Amino acid sequence: MKYTIPIIIILGLSAPTVMAGTTTVEQLLESYRQQGAHEFDNRAGEKFWQQSFRDKKNGKTRSCTSCHTQNLSNPGRHVKTRKRIEPLSPTVNPERLSDIRKVKKWFRRNCKWTLGRECTAQEKGNVLLYLQSQ
Amino acid sequence: MKTFTVSLLLVFTLLTSGCQADDDYGEHEEGWRFLHKQRDVAAVEDPLYKEECGSCHLAYPPGLLPGSSWEKIMTRLDDHFGDNAELEPAVQKRLTTYLLMHSAERSDYRRSRRIMRSTNEANAPLRITELRYFKHEHDEIPPRLITGNEKVSSLSNCNACHPRAEQGFFSDREIRIPGYGAWDD
Repeated sequence: MKYTIPIIIILGLSAPTVMAGTTTVEQLLESYRQQGAHEFDNRAGEKFWQQSFRDKKNGKTRSCTSCHTQNLSNPGRHVKTRKRIEPLSPTVNPERLSDIRKVKKWFRRNCKWTLGRECTAQEKGNVLLYLQSQ
Repeated sequence: MKTFTVSLLLVFTLLTSGCQADDDYGEHEEGWRFLHKQRDVAAVEDPLYKEECGSCHLAYPPGLLPGSSWEKIMTRLDDHFGDNAELEPAVQKRLTTYLLMHSAERSDYRRSRRIMRSTNEANAPLRITELRYFKHEHDEIPPRLITGNEKVSSLSNCNACHPRAEQGFFSDREIRIPGYGAWDD
């Protein structure tokens, strides 16, 4: 019984985060639509996530899973510095996909690293949908 | 009673001056060092720096490089040692200011001063690991403990062996090499 108040507080704090997660993704998807993207596809997102791209400079292949691993519920590891990356799955890590600026920042950086170019609005939307479902 | 009051006052004065010295330890380094756990460079305190730079690697204490190196690093974030580390312009500007305000030449901490003494600022390296002082400090460690050590893998991974690197502690006493233990120089 003595935990009632802390539990209420925790629920109160986490509920807006979860809701913010949903609206963040929706806002981003809407902006991608305005940039000309069509219907987003979870499975296309997953395929893209798994796809390997060859780095022009060193010939090695890179993919999203290089750092984030095959299981989004597990922590990943920066392929070069080996620093821990918190799980990407919003179910396991509710902070994920809740901050528009962060999502934009990491898409810009990580698409350039992985693909050697920015991702298209369609690609980003598909991946977001896939990540959200994990 | 009088003696007691005087000694109490004395103790109080000593304690408070000690605290003050702790606050600006850098400036009173020589005089008060015996009172403190020895910090080698200033701790990383800026939350934005920790967040933005510390997501991919240790948030390296700014006092480990001269300002000229930080400046170059911050203008080439699109090719950050082979990675893309681009920031929003406003964030980039703020972090550059932070780094330049706390770079090695602006710091009085022991190791920052040594780094500056042994660095030619005109062609200072971009990597901490390429500083002459850094190389000198690490040249006796066999590669099997670094590149050949899965838990370390690179000298850039400060906190693999210096657990409180981000807080600015690099003393020999604190070194713990994974799979090997303390390092006796």
